[in-house]
Amino acid sequence: YSYIDTNSNGEGARAVPLAGHVGFDSMPDQLVNKSVNHGFCFNILCVGETGLGKSTLMDTLFNTKFEGEPTQHNQPGVTLKSNTYELQESNVRLKLTVVNTVGFGDQINKEDSYKSIVEFIDAQFEAYLQEELKIKRTLHSYHDTRIHACLYFIAPTGHSLKSLDLVTMKKLDSKVNIIPIIAKSDAISKSELAKFKIKITSELVSNGVQIYQFPTDDESVAEINSTMNSHLPFAVVGSTEEVKIGNKMVKARQYPWGTVQVENENHCDFVKLREMLIRVNMEDLREQTHTRHYELYRRCKLEEMGFKDTDPDSKPFSLQETYEAKRNEFMGELQKKEEEMRQMFVQRVKEKEAELKEAEKELHEKFDRLKKLHQDEKKKLEEKKKSLDDELNTFKQKKTAAELLQNQAQQAGGSTTLKRDKERKK
Amino acid sequence: MSFISTSDRVREKVCFSVRLQQRNLEGYVGFANLPNQVYRKSVKRGFEFTLMVVGESGLGKSTLINSLFLTDLYSKDYPGPSQRIKKTVQVEQSKVLIKEGGVQLTLTIVDTPGFGDAVDNSNCWQPVINYIDSKCEDFLNAESRVNRRSMPDNRVHCCLYFIAPSGHGLKPLDIEFMKRLHDKVNVIPLIAKADTLTPEECQLFKKQIMKEIQEHKIKIYEFPDTEDDEDNKLIRKIKEKMPLAVVGSNVVIEVNGKKVRGRQYPWGVAEVENGEHCDFTVLRNMLIRTHMQDLKDVTNNVHYENYRSKKLAAVTCNGVDTTKTKGQLTKSPLAQMEEERREHVMKMKKMEAEMEQVFEMKVKEKKQKLKDSEAELERRHEQMKRNLEAQYKELEEKRRVFEDEKANWEAQQRILEQQKLDASKTMEKNKKKGKIF
Repeated sequence: YSYIDTNSNGEGARAVPLAGHVGFDSMPDQLVNKSVNHGFCFNILCVGETGLGKSTLMDTLFNTKFEGEPTQHNQPGVTLKSNTYELQESNVRLKLTVVNTVGFGDQINKEDSYKSIVEFIDAQFEAYLQEELKIKRTLHSYHDTRIHACLYFIAPTGHSLKSLDLVTMKKLDSKVNIIPIIAKSDAISKSELAKFKIKITSELVSNGVQIYQFPTDDESVAEINSTMNSHLPFAVVGSTEEVKIGNKMVKARQYPWGTVQVENENHCDFVKLREMLIRVNMEDLREQTHTRHYELYRRCKLEEMGFKDTDPDSKPFSLQETYEAKRNEFMGELQKKEEEMRQMFVQRVKEKEAELKEAEKELHEKFDRLKKLHQDEKKKLEEKKKSLDDELNTFKQKKTAAELLQNQAQQAGGSTTLKRDKERKK
Repeated sequence: MSFISTSDRVREKVCFSVRLQQRNLEGYVGFANLPNQVYRKSVKRGFEFTLMVVGESGLGKSTLINSLFLTDLYSKDYPGPSQRIKKTVQVEQSKVLIKEGGVQLTLTIVDTPGFGDAVDNSNCWQPVINYIDSKCEDFLNAESRVNRRSMPDNRVHCCLYFIAPSGHGLKPLDIEFMKRLHDKVNVIPLIAKADTLTPEECQLFKKQIMKEIQEHKIKIYEFPDTEDDEDNKLIRKIKEKMPLAVVGSNVVIEVNGKKVRGRQYPWGVAEVENGEHCDFTVLRNMLIRTHMQDLKDVTNNVHYENYRSKKLAAVTCNGVDTTKTKGQLTKSPLAQMEEERREHVMKMKKMEAEMEQVFEMKVKEKKQKLKDSEAELERRHEQMKRNLEAQYKELEEKRRVFEDEKANWEAQQRILEQQKLDASKTMEKNKKKGKIF
């Protein structure tokens, strides 16, 4: 089966001039309209120790009050709590999911802290993969739960990253777009902050942690993005309380020595974060998640299951054949397992039989021995009997002989007495 | 080999309250800029569109394409299919790159020379179906790779079907073709060379065609309703004009000082872009300016998904009882394997339990037998022992009696002996005394 390809001389699509306005320059608008009608979705994961102001920052970023009371420090492990909200700004509807790590950094032994986070992220990939692999699927209406951005909250110690931070970020950097931020940065002075940022950045680099870079490939945003990249990690302050500054109400934190204004770029990088995360690169974060992190997960998962693309030079990859091969392999495995189990049983039966036979043999041996013992005893008894009988006989003989003698003696004695009597009589 | 965790385990981890909570924004956030971000990225990526034209030769397909895209797709250097001699139905694909207003479009035109031109046109739709399916298959394979790179979308997004302007109704070939293709691609029927019909004839023709389309349950491309009432009004207007009657032209003519594309006749000029002359503008606006994206979406979400699910169902339900397969289509084939594995594990467990039971029972039996035999032997041994003991006792008794007797007798003998001795002593004495003569 074939068709004619007029571009087959290897040149690909050839450019042709247009003699007027055709109208396909409306395509981006058509696409945008479709997206707006469909609504957008964005999922943020906040990782950080309890008390670093994660919830407050979310409230401040999205100018609303999300769920949650502050959590206690006594959680036995790290759990992830997620909440989904419907927001609207102008004609744009956004399904925002905020996922919080509860209990992160509170335990004495934090070796496994990152695990529930990784599991959660993987679970979202898994759900998407499952949907994608279904035979009857509805991808276009699927509610995408994959994490698009991970805000990593760094404690404002002013010194360096904690080892928990490095370990966790290292585990997450191939799974999610990490945007590290310095939380509660109003606790750090400007000079300390500069040093802190440098230290953090160098530690990240030296540990090979890949954080999200704002993209510089699109000329329209390349400049602002690359400038912002140099300000990472953003030092933020969050606040939902408002203070009157001049004749405006602004979000701020009031101290005796002054007021920290959240949206003042001299005070903190909050505006930069909002600009980058939401206004400029939200779509890129979604795209990276789908084309990079998800694809990596998918590839690993499929390879783990033994799928692989055939050599591109030979026969093209055939889904059908792979599935069939997979299935046969899988059935074969099941058969093998069944066989193994049967064999195991046969083996057990053999062993048990041998055991019981052994026991039986022992029993018989035991009784043979007893029998022999018994026979020996019997023999002894017989001997004793015989010896008794012999003695009896001997005794009898003796007795008889003695009696005979006595009788003789008596007779003789009688005659002697007779003689004596006779003598006397004479 | 480990398997993907089942959907249940996945759902467990997805500890979601997908309970949507409304929130109002108290101030500027900035995600209203998302559409601009999407716009920007889409322009950077560029667009692609594949348009297929099907119809007998001479119906003006190439001309219409050139009119639609204001270009000479087929020129001297790249002669179109109409210039070539065809023996059988061929499918011919041409890719061009066009740019406008900063937007780049890779347009693929698929022509079908030879369609309907033979004397016997049975199965002339087959090459068309094959082409559409093969593009879907390419996409499916690309999508199913382990290593997925960018997947170009070469699937056919729209099929313009040219109906000859007979004025009467659909031909059997028209009906047959549309019936076979309506599940595979967006079909937009057009009345070709509409400048041979008067407006009244055209009206009647359109009515007849739509009637026949409905009778034969042919699903042609439908414009989606929007939320905007104004748009919906326009859409309804378009729907009333279906099928669109078009005229195409490669020639630009001057009419009343204006340069227009048209067909020059002795009695006047049929203008391509004049809404009163034909529906070309409607087609162009719909196809390119407003619904190009929707055509792609319907192709992706409906036609391709149909193809895919049919293809995959055939693979994974191989050899499986078809009554079971109904419910399994909503699972991914890997999840299905996982389920089969679980079933098998349960079956094995059951088998194992049964075998275990039989085994235990047999062992118990054997053990019992052994016990019984042991008990029997013990009993016998006991008996023999007791027997022996009895005999011993008897012997002991006998000996005792004998000993007693012997002792007695010996005692007696001793007495007798003593008597004898005494007697002989007396005799000796007497003898010595001379009493013995």
